[in-house]
Parts: sequence; structure tokens; C-alpha cells
Amino acid sequence: MNTILTVTNLTKKFGALTAVSDLSFIIEKGNVYGILGPNGSGKSTTLGIVLNVVNKTSGEFSWFDGQTSTHEALKKVGAIIERPNFYPYMTAIQNLKLVCKIKEVPETKIEEKLELVGLLDRKNSKFQTYSLGMKQRLAIASALLNDPEILILDEPTNGLDPQGIHQIREIIKKIASQGTTILLASHLLDEVEKVCSHVVILRKGKKLYSGSVDTMLASHGFFELRTKKEKELLDYLEGNSSFGSVKNIDGLITAYLNEDLQAEELNKILFEKGIILSHLSKRRESLEEQFLALTNNSSN
Amino acid sequence: MIRLLQIEFIKLWNNRASKFLIFAYFGLILCMALIAMIKIDRPPIVFNIADQGIFNFPYIWHMNTWIASWLKLFFAIVIVSMMANEYSNKTIKQNLIDGLSKKEFLMSKFLMVISFSILSTIFVFLVSLVLGLLYSDFTEIAIIFSDLEYFLGYFVKLLGFFTMCLFLGLLVKRSAFALGFLILWWGIFENLIVRISAWKLFGKEGSESVMRFMPLEAMSNLIVEPVTKFKAVQSLSTQLGTDLSRDYAVHWYDLLIVLGWTAIFIYLSYALLKKRDL
Repeated sequence: MNTILTVTNLTKKFGALTAVSDLSFIIEKGNVYGILGPNGSGKSTTLGIVLNVVNKTSGEFSWFDGQTSTHEALKKVGAIIERPNFYPYMTAIQNLKLVCKIKEVPETKIEEKLELVGLLDRKNSKFQTYSLGMKQRLAIASALLNDPEILILDEPTNGLDPQGIHQIREIIKKIASQGTTILLASHLLDEVEKVCSHVVILRKGKKLYSGSVDTMLASHGFFELRTKKEKELLDYLEGNSSFGSVKNIDGLITAYLNEDLQAEELNKILFEKGIILSHLSKRRESLEEQFLALTNNSSN
Repeated sequence: MIRLLQIEFIKLWNNRASKFLIFAYFGLILCMALIAMIKIDRPPIVFNIADQGIFNFPYIWHMNTWIASWLKLFFAIVIVSMMANEYSNKTIKQNLIDGLSKKEFLMSKFLMVISFSILSTIFVFLVSLVLGLLYSDFTEIAIIFSDLEYFLGYFVKLLGFFTMCLFLGLLVKRSAFALGFLILWWGIFENLIVRISAWKLFGKEGSESVMRFMPLEAMSNLIVEPVTKFKAVQSLSTQLGTDLSRDYAVHWYDLLIVLGWTAIFIYLSYALLKKRDL
């Protein structure tokens, strides 16, 4: 039983607006998935549907190979969507006890999970007295109470200050390192790039890409070069089949690779040709650049 | 089932406002006993309400269930806010995500309503029993345990009313508006629009039989006011030559109508809950 969630041709319409359109993907055990997309691309709606709070218009989804009903499956899932929702008049402990009752798990793990998110010393404070960061951390503790098979996070760092963002990321990394499957929805790409092994990219409810991050970044990277002999360098690069497009912006020459080439090797060749570089760096496109390329292409 | 009740109990019991209202509700029922203390001892007027026979079995069953049923308005606040707060705190969303099904969510509320109604019925019974034993002129077992159908009426009346409150809380999602809606329903819809149009269309008799099917009217028909049954009032009315006596019994068809509405409200709540995106 390695498939955790299967989504097939899922569609959700809000009146005339199609929030999610014919979406299919599979979540497998042990991977860390990112759902990427600009605001309003249908990330939260998709998660809302699989989490039983939004009704689908058409399509199917099934948890754990469809062996259990959705609400039974959700007891094995930990999820935090958008803002943390707890009873404001109840303390952290009371709120978590309620969650234990709903998930039908013993209350023995409450202290342990509060410790993990660093809220143990505030366990008897009412939820309404918490700062946003603390609320978010309590939500994570609550989602972990059942030691879930999969943890679903929707914009977990939204609205937090830098320390808060850092704390949440550290917690996510810690959980990911323990082998828990994670599904992280975000529009913050560096966040996804840092923790995810697989991504699903959405735009206006449609899937643009789904697969591993490595395949998505499968280009060979590019060189950034600077020299006094610009013309010779450009001639060489354009005449060499290893390179694709070459751009010259204010003397900074960017050359995209068609095949693998080490920086040392290029430096050596150019030096032998009498082209002396004042700047040489080899880089790969970041997820952000790839993402922008993908989302822009499809809008044209 | 126990689990669902426990879930609801945690939510309610940790809320200071609800806890206060629950205590106040049962406190007020207890205060009915204070009526017995009303004494005017200033000759020539010597009047002790306990001596007037209102605590006599089985009259006391009717009297006390009728008085206590007014206090349900007080408790409606708890029920409505218990539902509406789930929406304003968005905790209903969290509950569903945590693995409660929509059916279970509604069931936990409804079970709470049933438990309240049972508890309140038992409580009123006990208070009345003690009061009766203290002040009643007749304490034969057969008389004490006659006319107990008023408690069935009382229970069904509370159940129907609280279920209606539950539905309104779910429908309107704001506790204050839901209570306002309830008052509007009672005052404007049932008593103005329906009553007057039925009167115009079918005459006085016809209007009565239409009104019988309106939810709030049906609930109030379950326990008819007992004041005119009171012997001092009756002797007064005989002297004045009017006949105030009515049909005081708890009728099975009224019970059925209210239970029917209870089922309708639960069904509508479930349909609404199922249809809505959160």
C-alpha cells in the first residue's frame, strides 16, 4: 500500500468560475510533494476537496487505494489549511484533547507534540492569547497527534515574521527527515525547492507539470561570462554546438548549455584561445525561473 | 455515540458563557420552588400561594412543565451559539479535516440536544416531585403518578424547539441573527402572515387547524396554559359567567406534528451541511 492519494480528473466549479480543472496526480508514500501555483490557481480548493470540506463538481479522488471512507482516511492524515482554526476559549491542551477524541487516538502524545513545536510552557494558555506564529505551531502539533501517514500543509508560513517562518521550516524539515510523506502547497518557491522532491504546478486550475523536481530542472545550466574580448568570445560560443542561446547584456554574457560541460574545461579552452575571462560562473536555473518560464509559456 | 457526546461536551463545557447559561437555566428551574414562598401575611389579606392548591398532584405536573418550558428560550441561546460559533471560529472546517464526517458533526450536536432535553425533563420532574411532596394535599401514589404525559409533552417540546434552534444556527451562521430570525418567524411569519391569511381564507375554525401545523404553534399546543385550570380562576370565571376551560390534554397528534418538524429540521440541517462548501 504505497499510494496515499490518487486524484483523477478532479474538477470544481464555483458558478461560472472553474477553480480546478480536470486535475490528476498521485501521491506516493515517502516523498515530499509541493503544489505550486500563483494565488488563485486552485491549490487550496484542491486540498479542500480531498480534505472533505469542499464538494467536488466532478472527478474522483481516493485515499489509501480507496479502502476507507474519506473521513476515516482523514484520521490518518494531518492537515493544516490556511489559518489555524481552534476554539479560542479553550487552552492548547483542551483543544488538542478534542482533536484526539475526533481522531480516536489516545491523549498520551499531547505533551510530546507540544514539546516538538516549542509550546509546552504555554500549554495552559487560551488559544486566543496566542500570536499567529504560536497558533500556526499549535496547528502543526495538532496535525501530528496521530503520527499521520501524510502531512498536508497549505501556505504554512503565510503571514509570519522571519523568525516564525524559520521556525516552521525547521519543524517541517525535521518531520520530513523522519520519513513522513508531506504535501506542501505554497507560492513561495524557495520554500518548496528546499524541502520538496516532487512538484505539481497549477495555473488557473490546470496542471502544467507534475513530476520530480530534478526532472523539471533537467537542463544543463548556463554560464555567466565576462571578458574584454567580447566579440571573440561570442563568436566562439555561437560556433560551438555545446551551447544553445547566447545573450549579451551590458557585457555579461549568458550562454545556455545543450550538453554537460564543466567550468574548468571551458576556462581552459578559452584560455588556450587567448580569451581571458574576468568573470566565470556556472549556474542552474532555480525553481523560480523554471516556474516563471512554465507559467508564462502557457499564458501565451 | 459516546464519543460524539464527549466531543460536544468538551466544546461546551470549556466555554465559560455556555457553562454559565447552563447553570443559570437549571438554577431558574430550581427557582420555581420559590413561588411557594410567596406569602402575603398582612391582615385582613392573608394569602399563601402554597395553600391555593397549585402544588397539588397531579396539577403540579402541568403547572411546572408549563412554567419550565418558558425557560427554554434562555437555553436557545446556548444551542444557537454552539452551532453558529463553529462557523465564526471556522472550527467546523477543522473538525471535518480532523476526520469527523458531516453526519457525525450533526449527530454530536443533535445528541447534545437530546441529552439536554432529557436532563431538563428529569430535573423538572424531580423539582416538582419535591415541591408536591411538601405542599400537595394529596400524596397517594396513584394520584402522584397520574397525568405524567405532561413530561412526554415537555420533552418533545424541548426537543423540537432546540432542533429548530440548531437548524437556524446552521442556516444563519450568526447567533444573534439566528435568534432574531427565530423571533421574526414566531411573530411575523407564524402569528401575522400565516394566522391572518388562514383566517381570511378558512375562517376562525380553519385558521386553528392550519396553525396547528406551524412548528412553534405546534410546540405551544403540546402544553396548554394551566392557569385557567386553576380552581380559584375557574370559580372566578363561573361567577363572571364565562367559561374559560379548554382542552388541556397532551394530544398524540400534536406530539406527532412536533416530532415531524424535528425530523424535518434535522434533515434540512444535514442537507445544508452537505451542500455547503466551507
